[in-house]
Amino acid sequence: MRILTFIRQVLDAEESVHVANNAVALENSKLVMDTMDEYGVEEALRLRESGVEAEIIAVGVGPARVQDALRTALAMGVDRAIHVETDIRLDAIALSKILAEIAQKEDASLILSGGQQADWDSHALGAATAERLNWPQVTWTSALELKGTTLNGKHDVDEGSETFTLELPAVITTQQGLNEPRYPTLPNIMKSKKKEMRKESLDQFNVTPKLKFVSAEIQVKNRLNKILDGKDAPVAASQLVDLLRNQAKVIA
Amino acid sequence: MILIVVEHANGKVSKSIWEMVTAARELAHQRGGDPSITALVLGSNITSVAAEVARAVDQVLVADLPALAQYDSELWSAAVAQVATEGEASLVLIGGSRSSREYSPRVAIKLDAPLLEDVITLKASGDTLTAQHYTFLARVTETIEASGPVAVVTIKPGAFNPATPRAEAAEQFDVDLKLPTPRLKVTGKTAERSSRVSLTEAEIVVSGGRGVGSAEGFTQYVEALADKLGAAVGATRAIVDAGWRPYSEQVGQTGKTVQPKLYIAIGISGAVQHLSGMNKSKTIVAINRDAEAPIFKIADYGIIGDVPQIVLAMLAELKK
Repeated sequence: MRILTFIRQVLDAEESVHVANNAVALENSKLVMDTMDEYGVEEALRLRESGVEAEIIAVGVGPARVQDALRTALAMGVDRAIHVETDIRLDAIALSKILAEIAQKEDASLILSGGQQADWDSHALGAATAERLNWPQVTWTSALELKGTTLNGKHDVDEGSETFTLELPAVITTQQGLNEPRYPTLPNIMKSKKKEMRKESLDQFNVTPKLKFVSAEIQVKNRLNKILDGKDAPVAASQLVDLLRNQAKVIA
Repeated sequence: MILIVVEHANGKVSKSIWEMVTAARELAHQRGGDPSITALVLGSNITSVAAEVARAVDQVLVADLPALAQYDSELWSAAVAQVATEGEASLVLIGGSRSSREYSPRVAIKLDAPLLEDVITLKASGDTLTAQHYTFLARVTETIEASGPVAVVTIKPGAFNPATPRAEAAEQFDVDLKLPTPRLKVTGKTAERSSRVSLTEAEIVVSGGRGVGSAEGFTQYVEALADKLGAAVGATRAIVDAGWRPYSEQVGQTGKTVQPKLYIAIGISGAVQHLSGMNKSKTIVAINRDAEAPIFKIADYGIIGDVPQIVLAMLAELKK
């Protein structure tokens, strides 16, 4: 079988965000593979290590630099990568068309993708891709196993969690707790340099963005920053309760 | 028509319906044309839900079917897309719960519509919608635009003022749905329901992190203070991973997003992933031993000091 893992390159969570010309400026910032996508890569590798015969393909869409994130996936153990190069920012609905078409061309039967993007904070890609392929999907997956063509696992819902069973083909979106992604080892990094990185152009996918991105700004709410010294706990506690009652008026 | 899909659980309507009604009324006003607001209620044994919803909108469509007892993204998206198509909806409003955000992309694809996720503002001019939403772990506010005959929008919980119920109840109609057979089979459920108010709807949230010391410390300080204030409890990823608290209480990037009137962070240092889930709270209070903890930078009020001593002193003070 073939497994696709969708890879996004995002700002490292420890980096500050900068806005220039009405958009987030990523130049000069450290960019990494989205942690949510690392869970997807790791899970694909684990399914294979559990005895499933599978070729694992990483797919990335975006500017040339996205290849760095795809290289990381290759170094983790993915077999080959497909890079659809474009400088246009695509919303999840538009992006899902590319992912679905690649899945069909590659005859994939499982797609793993991040539960929430760390840059655009979107949840939509997994379900949108599943809909285009007329596949079922599971979101926020925290445990997964594959027996033959049956997936069994557990995922989070609004209140609590559910166990599920599902027949392939399917889309699975990842979640913290699904696994602990491995670090690429040096031999695997060396090996990854010889792996295939196929470049495709955006044109063939005939994608029209559904959203127009107008502007971005960093809105910092002014905070009072009234920080008390708690050496004398009863005094500090009394002051704080008084401020919350009489100044902020948020407690009775 | 503007279509609102109702979120409900255990026979109760989620607060989101009233927020969606506010968004819908504002939009109907700006846009002109057919301003009627229709609500769609999907589920099984939902008579009480439909009755409550009837006080919010102009028309209620009800599909009360055993087949809809269990939420499923394929069922929900098929039902919503069918109703939106038949009613020629110009806007489909969906809530911000996990399940709502899960099936909304399917609706957008079925309707060939744009999807605006988790919006905090929404305006219309002709057939162009302009909305704002948070990006980059809620550090950036982005403005987006979409045009066309129909759009699918999910609303961020807490972003719109809830509308008040009307005296008159709107008429209810049964809808006839062509539903697919769900392919995802749910084999078991673990409910993590708490006796407290729901985390995403609470006016006050008291959260704890590593600084509470232990699972027992969480109960002694965080839960005790929450109960005293009638608040929901939240937790950081670190202590959920450590097994001190259930995942349903996690606040942050991979947990829940909250926007209460008051957020009290106890023993939480303030990693960016946690802040993304609570930094829009109206008033933020931090209690932490470490004066350098990033949480103090976004706090309105705070105490630097020993967590147990300070929380116990606050409890004593609140009893006065």
